[in-house]
Amino acid sequence: MSIDVLLQQIVNGLVVGSVYALVALGYTMVYGILQLINFAHGEIVMIGALSALFVTNALIAVGVPPALALVVAILAAMIICAIVGVSIERIAYRPLRNAPRLAPLITAIGVSIFLQQVAILVFGRNYFTFPEIISKAPIQIGAITVTMNEIVILITSVALMTGLLWLVNNTKIGTAMRATAENQKVAGLMGIDINKIIAITFAIGSGLGAVAGVMVASNYGQAHYYMGFMLGLKAFTAAVMGGIGNLWGAMVGGLILGLVENVGLIFVRGDYKDIFAFVVLVAVLIFRPQGLIGEKVAERA
Amino acid sequence: MSRTNKFALAAISVAVAATLAACGKKEEPKKEAAAPAPAAPQEMVVKIGHVGPTSGQIAHLGKDNENGARLAIEDANAKGLTIGGKKVKFELLVEDDAADPKQATTVAQKLVDAKVAGVIGHLNSGTSIPASAIYNTAGIPQITPSATNPKLTAQGFKGVFRTVANDVAQGGAIGTFAVKGMNGKKIALIDDKTAYGVGIADEAEKAIKAAGGNIVIREALANEKEQDFKGVLTKVKAKAPDVIIFGGMDAQAGPMTKQMKALGVKAKFIGGDGMQTGEFIKLGADAAEGAYGTIAGLPKEKMPKGAEFYDRFQKKFNAEVQAYSPFTYDAAMIMVEAIVKAGTTDGAKVIDAIKTNKWTGVAGSYEYDDKGDMKNGAITVFVVKGGKWEAVETIGGAPTAAAPAAAPAPAAAPAPAAAPAKEEKKK
Repeated sequence: MSIDVLLQQIVNGLVVGSVYALVALGYTMVYGILQLINFAHGEIVMIGALSALFVTNALIAVGVPPALALVVAILAAMIICAIVGVSIERIAYRPLRNAPRLAPLITAIGVSIFLQQVAILVFGRNYFTFPEIISKAPIQIGAITVTMNEIVILITSVALMTGLLWLVNNTKIGTAMRATAENQKVAGLMGIDINKIIAITFAIGSGLGAVAGVMVASNYGQAHYYMGFMLGLKAFTAAVMGGIGNLWGAMVGGLILGLVENVGLIFVRGDYKDIFAFVVLVAVLIFRPQGLIGEKVAERA
Repeated sequence: MSRTNKFALAAISVAVAATLAACGKKEEPKKEAAAPAPAAPQEMVVKIGHVGPTSGQIAHLGKDNENGARLAIEDANAKGLTIGGKKVKFELLVEDDAADPKQATTVAQKLVDAKVAGVIGHLNSGTSIPASAIYNTAGIPQITPSATNPKLTAQGFKGVFRTVANDVAQGGAIGTFAVKGMNGKKIALIDDKTAYGVGIADEAEKAIKAAGGNIVIREALANEKEQDFKGVLTKVKAKAPDVIIFGGMDAQAGPMTKQMKALGVKAKFIGGDGMQTGEFIKLGADAAEGAYGTIAGLPKEKMPKGAEFYDRFQKKFNAEVQAYSPFTYDAAMIMVEAIVKAGTTDGAKVIDAIKTNKWTGVAGSYEYDDKGDMKNGAITVFVVKGGKWEAVETIGGAPTAAAPAAAPAPAAAPAPAAAPAKEEKKK
């Protein structure tokens, strides 16, 4: 296998991996604070993608320049997803906060199926094509081929992840989030409004999910009510691989999963891609059960 | 350490549980009474099942099929058919298999328990094959409007039929066309790992070898839900093929052409009936231009009542025909007519009636061999031109294909608006 193919696969892996990482952050943030795997997060990503698609199309139809339409649509999608995320927490998870851990987990799966069915009712079963606003014409850089769309995805996700790290580590809200993750009761005694902080966590995670959804939709040129399922599962895998509950873990896990999937194709045929990725996950968990980047209690949020 | 180990174990088991749970989801079955007429004392109710994926990745195709069957049952009820002097009311029971083989067997058993007289479906080969064993045990006839894998009818079951040609014909036509029609010197094959996709690719591979073509790589996608093909396409690109054959569905084929373009892959693209849909063009947009696709039947223009059906379908459901709904309509009509002809819902007799008669529907005419495959099933090759599928050539399909669209279908003189499936005695 030539070096050209290897380089191209690394690029492919980084693009997919950065999307996994963004979605994985949503899983890991909620896990860090509630010890709950929010399986509905994949559906949030889907809702983000579909609502951005409709807003973009509507704006373009009334003559707004496509680039501006996309930016407005992403913001709208983030707001919609944040509202959906916060509502899910308020309606489905909060009443179960003191229930045995299995109850909210099953609820999360239920919410995921519920959101899919709602999406069928609202958007329908058909595939929607996402308008090509950022060019997808091939750009040749040496041996590798990329598109402007992929470059934008990489830059945006790095920027968002940096922003999130800054928020969690350097702001008052971030401090409150970390405190809540550490010990909800004590944080409450310190005057932190736990419910508010948890809602904010859901809002931020969902907002990031919305952006990831738009990235996926624009990269693959399509959106569909079912798109969140596989993506959610992969991102969850990435979060576990990196060490769930840990922000750096989600990012590293996402990138590694993307790279493993694509670079692994050098050794196996495409149909073994997922098997290869999951074998790597199992191997990581056998040798490092806490994930690649062990859960540092102080950093989880 | 033990704590973290426990956690890891929990994480894995949770992931597995979630996957299983998510795979098992489905919609509640809906009972559809086509005519709300109260059961008159002399009325007989005959239940017919329809199964297709109305949730999941190819739900749009499942709904398309279901609507085809629905239209047929409505037409059948409007005709006021009788069995032994009793008026018959046909009732359609629709089930969702989510294109999942496991769920397919569950809903198949459900239909058997509901005592359906016949089943239309399933849509996929991967679901039709396991389900057919259940219908066979129960002695219920099954007509699939779209499952094309040869294994389905090669199991030796008496009651399995299809209203489309199988993949030996279709994959073979694709392989031959790739070498001869598209001048493929270096051909790459990609399948989606489903029974259908692998079947198409396998048969195409055989035909390419028979035609003296050169296969440079055989690749496969992780599954039929995969969205990212860049990795596989990168490998394919390295072999510099001039034709790529894809065994799979439109949901992947459309985006695949886009990703080929983004990756600078110049090869021509061809696939089977799973991607020869309007959705493919929508999803592929300008990257779909010039792609080839086949259908295991006649093109709309050559269907005996194609234009009329497309028109009625559009008006009734406010949706375009996606792919197989004309064939589903015919499958349901054949089932209905065979039950009426047999004068009973007894499975063995209905199966006999399907086998010994010749049927003409909206999409073509049907005559079955011993296995339940169509005699002279036609394959039509299409190309995307100006954002539309255009027929290039039709291979096989002697009876109707030989007669051009202009020639009236046999005994089509009265042509009522309801376009019922006509039948004629074999002799």
